Amino acid sequence: MTTHKDDKKVGTTGHNWDGIEELNNPLPRWWLWTLYATIAWGVVYVILYPAWPLVNSATGGVLGWSTRSEVAAEIAAVDAAQAGLRSELEATDLAVLAANEPLHRFAVQAGASLFANNCAQCHGAGAAGAPGAKGYPNLLDDDWLWGGQIEEIAVTIRHGIRNEDDPDARYSEMPAFGDILERAEIDTLVTHVQSLSDGADPLAGEGGQLFADNCAACHGEDAKGNTDLGAPNLSDAIWLYGSDTESVTTTIRNARYGVMPAWGLMLDEAEVQALAAYVHQLGGGEPTPVD
Amino acid sequence: MDYVKLTMFAVIALLAAIAANFGHDLAYSVHAIIIMLIAGGMFLWQLRQTDEEKPVFDTSGYMDGPVRYGVVATAFWGVVGFLVGVFIALQLAFPVLNFDWSEGYLNFGRLRPLHTSAVIFAFGGNALIATSFYVVQRTSAARLWGGNLAWFVFWGYQLFIVLAATGYLLGATQSKEYAEPEWYIDIWLTLVWLAYLAVFMGTIVRRREPHIYVANWFYLAFIVTVAMLHVVNNISIPVSIFGSKSVQVFAGVQDAMVQWWYGHNAVGFFLTAGFLGMMYYFVPKQAGRPIYSYKLSIIHFWALIFLYIWAGPHHLHYTALPDWAGTLGMVFSIVLWMPSWGGMINGLMTLEGAWDKIRTDPIIRMFVASLAFYGMSTFEGPMMSIRAVNSLSHYTDWTIGHVHSGALGWNGLITFGCLYFLTPKLWGRAQMYSVAAINWHFWLATIGIVLYASSMWVTGIMEGLMWREVDANGFLVNSFADTVAAKFPMYVVRATGGILYLAGGLIMVWNMWMTVRKSPVHQGAPNDAIPAE
Repeated sequence: MTTHKDDKKVGTTGHNWDGIEELNNPLPRWWLWTLYATIAWGVVYVILYPAWPLVNSATGGVLGWSTRSEVAAEIAAVDAAQAGLRSELEATDLAVLAANEPLHRFAVQAGASLFANNCAQCHGAGAAGAPGAKGYPNLLDDDWLWGGQIEEIAVTIRHGIRNEDDPDARYSEMPAFGDILERAEIDTLVTHVQSLSDGADPLAGEGGQLFADNCAACHGEDAKGNTDLGAPNLSDAIWLYGSDTESVTTTIRNARYGVMPAWGLMLDEAEVQALAAYVHQLGGGEPTPVD
Repeated sequence: MDYVKLTMFAVIALLAAIAANFGHDLAYSVHAIIIMLIAGGMFLWQLRQTDEEKPVFDTSGYMDGPVRYGVVATAFWGVVGFLVGVFIALQLAFPVLNFDWSEGYLNFGRLRPLHTSAVIFAFGGNALIATSFYVVQRTSAARLWGGNLAWFVFWGYQLFIVLAATGYLLGATQSKEYAEPEWYIDIWLTLVWLAYLAVFMGTIVRRREPHIYVANWFYLAFIVTVAMLHVVNNISIPVSIFGSKSVQVFAGVQDAMVQWWYGHNAVGFFLTAGFLGMMYYFVPKQAGRPIYSYKLSIIHFWALIFLYIWAGPHHLHYTALPDWAGTLGMVFSIVLWMPSWGGMINGLMTLEGAWDKIRTDPIIRMFVASLAFYGMSTFEGPMMSIRAVNSLSHYTDWTIGHVHSGALGWNGLITFGCLYFLTPKLWGRAQMYSVAAINWHFWLATIGIVLYASSMWVTGIMEGLMWREVDANGFLVNSFADTVAAKFPMYVVRATGGILYLAGGLIMVWNMWMTVRKSPVHQGAPNDAIPAE
């Protein structure tokens, strides 16, 4: 055992276990007083805040504080601060929103926040579609399935697409051509549709005949699509489900059925308007035609 | 007696074979096959011994066989646990490491409980069992009670670890943090734990010292309380006796409260009280100094075990848990601050008169660093239990940083110190093979912990602030994916810290191996149970 100059003065308890002894030092003063201080603080705290369980309830604390009332007060404060702009936004015609500069800025900020928390999961935090996943449209470009005017975007957000929750959801259904066409015809059609991105004539050749008979009703004889039916433009280079032969074959044979929730059931009208304003100004929004 | 054992092993093997056949899920069937093979092996082993002359063992000295095995198991499971930890840290930084071919077995969700259980229960648990068996014999001057029961505790605990770990990978889990193993594994652990309690209590009862040493109070508090926590938190009803799935008896917020009463006291009694037992023996032994204050050890022991058991609700601030329960959990956590620090003071002040050894003795340096991390995390814990702090820190990486400064710093370093103390003693060597390697281990581990803890503080606080950031109009600014992207550099730093810590562990294993194989034999007193006074 090493010794220290104070050992004799302090003394030990006289015990010894396997060579270990115990000095008789008192409790460190600062340690004891800090312990007392935390106990005193604890006594005060349990008087001020909800603390002791009773038979059917618990003591509420003299401050009357609760986590629920705290969060309710915070939400109420934000609601009160936003109330004016919110009701104005709710009542505004979207077509003229951009002209009201402060309200438009408020709507875009609100929309950005709503987008981050509700839309980014599928459309990506940057709205360019979910990385690595197919079928979630890029909202930064000017290629619109159901229309790129601000009111059209609002309808899509409010009612969603092909969901079963909202009777006004946008709806259309592409047939599964695997039940209609021969395998060889589908192969021909796949090659033909792929060539449309390079500017080929939609109605030319054997593929063109098949296109005219089966596809043009929705996608148009010019293959530029139809936003009333959610039928994609096939003449551009944008492919929602992929442009490789396997993907296009799957699309034609089995069809696709992209679903989007009806956000009007989850968000209020001002929030839907705000989202529409945000998405519209991302880059591809189309102007509302003047009557 | 031999025939009773033979019959027992045969029946267990047969029942396990039946269970394997009727098993509803893969994990259950694999477990039944493991048990069948073990029981079958035991049957053959017993059969070869039956009606042979029994070898006579010397039972006069200390029983160090299970301690030696425990030291090896601690080092082995430690490296396994660190390795899995490094891998899942890399999976978080680079999700591509969740390979398609191993999906459902080696993805983050399956490996994370494997990591936590491996380091807490396999590494920490083996360290506690081995050191408690060593310490209770020395400080009671008595051989372990119960004969081969200590061997049952060791091997039974290893079986628990193997069943738990394979269960996680194969998808058998109760989904309760740190209490994931399913019902039959819980029942097995209960049996093993009661045997552990019996061996430990029995040894204390037959002690030849007039008083029970403070280390043994802490070990006993740990063993008794963990038994209680384990049983209550795992009360569940199996869906089928031939399947691993069970249903919890508690539901909703009651279940959450029981879970965190358990979870927090797994920290309090497993990782704090038990390891303080280690501290109270190995620090004064290595320093060659008396314990600083007997009074402090009494007061802080009783204050610690009285207060810790109430602190669990602070894990459930701002949830469905009523506010009053949260307040009590928080207040008890704050009052717990000084009782926790009592152990640090008693450990550090024991070095009064031997401070020079920090410079010369890397084992003492590990103990000192360990106590410093203990003091830091037992200050941080009460602070994070305060509601206002918790509203920022909860669900962020700050919690992960806090846990690891305690686990890597306090539990890890003190265990390494104990292994370096025990290895030469248990194998009769003069000292560790390489003191320089201990130094390397110390610095690798310390730098690893600093990288780990500081990166998690930075990323945790950043994440908490990003989640609550609002713009001038009161709208949230960031999406969840924004915070994930922002954390990437800190995740790489964290994984780097983990790699350094793992490297230190590997150096330790090499050093222990070389000590047993190459170090010169110690010439000294025989291994007898002699009272110190």
